[in-house]
Amino acid sequence: MRLMAVRTSARLRRGLSTLDALLPVLSVAAALGVWELVSRTGLISERDLPAMSTCVRALWHLLETGTFWHELLLTVRGWALGLAVATVLAVPIGIVLGSSDLAGRAFRVPIEFLRPIPSAALIPLLFLTLGTNLKSEIFLAAFGAFWPLLVQTMYGVRDLDPVALDTARSFGLGPVERLYRITLPSTVPYIATGLRISSTVSLILAFTAELFMGIPGLGQAVNVAGAFGLTDQLYALALATGFLGVAIHIVSKAVERRALRWHPSQRRAAA
Amino acid sequence: MLEIRHLGKTYGSGERATRAVGDVDLTVTEGELVCVVGPSGCGKTTLLKCIGGLLRPTSGEVVLRGRRVTDPPEEMALVFQDYSRSLMPWTSVRNNVLLPLRHKKLARAERSRLVEEALDAVGLTRFIDHYPWQLSGGMQQRVAIARALAYQPSILLMDEPFASVDAQTRGDLEDLVLSVRERFGVTIVFVTHDIDESVYLADRIAVLTHAPTEVKELIAVDLPSPRDQIATKELPDFARLRAHVYRLIKRERPAAGDLADEEALAATRAET
Repeated sequence: MRLMAVRTSARLRRGLSTLDALLPVLSVAAALGVWELVSRTGLISERDLPAMSTCVRALWHLLETGTFWHELLLTVRGWALGLAVATVLAVPIGIVLGSSDLAGRAFRVPIEFLRPIPSAALIPLLFLTLGTNLKSEIFLAAFGAFWPLLVQTMYGVRDLDPVALDTARSFGLGPVERLYRITLPSTVPYIATGLRISSTVSLILAFTAELFMGIPGLGQAVNVAGAFGLTDQLYALALATGFLGVAIHIVSKAVERRALRWHPSQRRAAA
Repeated sequence: MLEIRHLGKTYGSGERATRAVGDVDLTVTEGELVCVVGPSGCGKTTLLKCIGGLLRPTSGEVVLRGRRVTDPPEEMALVFQDYSRSLMPWTSVRNNVLLPLRHKKLARAERSRLVEEALDAVGLTRFIDHYPWQLSGGMQQRVAIARALAYQPSILLMDEPFASVDAQTRGDLEDLVLSVRERFGVTIVFVTHDIDESVYLADRIAVLTHAPTEVKELIAVDLPSPRDQIATKELPDFARLRAHVYRLIKRERPAAGDLADEEALAATRAET
């Protein structure tokens, strides 16, 4: 009896894991199907929302043009530079604010004030200051990406194990060595989470800057397509941006897995 | 070699001050293994941190080979109870043992020789490229011991190092400490709450009073060497010593008022 129960549960588990793999495919297919239907049945007019198949075909044509790839690269550049600037600033500042109680308390109010400001609210200011160029795009992306990284790094440093630090001190490691032998590696999991959140934020804001400020890139292309009523291209570009987001997510997940082989959250995969 | 003179440590100040260590006097001679035993919560760990230069005592001083301890001295190594928190999970056993050697001015070959020798002494040569978390609790604590040995200390401080391993592993690790002491000739201060362990390991036992702690009695352990987990523990002298230490500590059982003190102590500790 028990043996049979075990066997059934094994079969059930195998069945479930196939279902696990199939589930995302099914949900995507369902969403695309609904899109196609909504448009074809005229629930939303085809002029406002062209059918899914039309948009995919438009995307296919876009992929064959050099302009599209150029715009994609520009957006990727804005994303990467924004994220890089945010990281270079947020990690050291986070370490300082996390390790010193005094600094943490001193800057808590300004941080809590600046953090919830929607980055898009800075666009008018950027028009007046940096102007319509890459600098504004990077500034906007970096501003948005800065906060999650900062907060994550601060939490990571605060969560540092005092025993680990005592150990390092007892072996005569100075403050600088403690920083890069103990503090940084133990904070890496938090920074990785921050990076994952911030990379999405950075992409959204690079795109937003292009869309609203007319800085060259996918965002500007969407704006142009909208202005000329090329709705199929507009949705095709939106799809492309979505795929870009997925690609960035997959890459950052893979990087995280490699960097955190030792971390409990990744251990099963490593063993 | 190690002199602890009128050492006292008070956490906090004013109304909320908690005296953890009262007035501890203890001298450890070269090559000796001294066990420090006391009722739980009596301030053993505080005392050890003061000896190790991690905490500054409020009064009195620690003198190691004629020099007053203010920072962690280079000839002293510590083994903590919490091996899982004291080892670095993100890097290999080799790099963990290497940690204390990185800032010593040593040739690369000399460094790896020290690491290999230390791991050989604790019998973990085969696991040099494993991560600490791939090893059992007892093995992890052996890594921590190897790391301390690689540092080439003349004195080893051990803070209840075997409190979180099972009884059999514990016996093996106790014998490991004795063999390591033979091989490297280190002086050892071993803090424990386990009375059997203290009698089995020690040349002398310092029995502590309740917090604020003082040395209640110093007991010379004249059991024959080498010690053996079965034979030594069968000796009438072992039973006698064990009973003696037991009685000393039992008499230290905290009164109700002391318990409140202990809670206050735990609270201040959490804050610092």
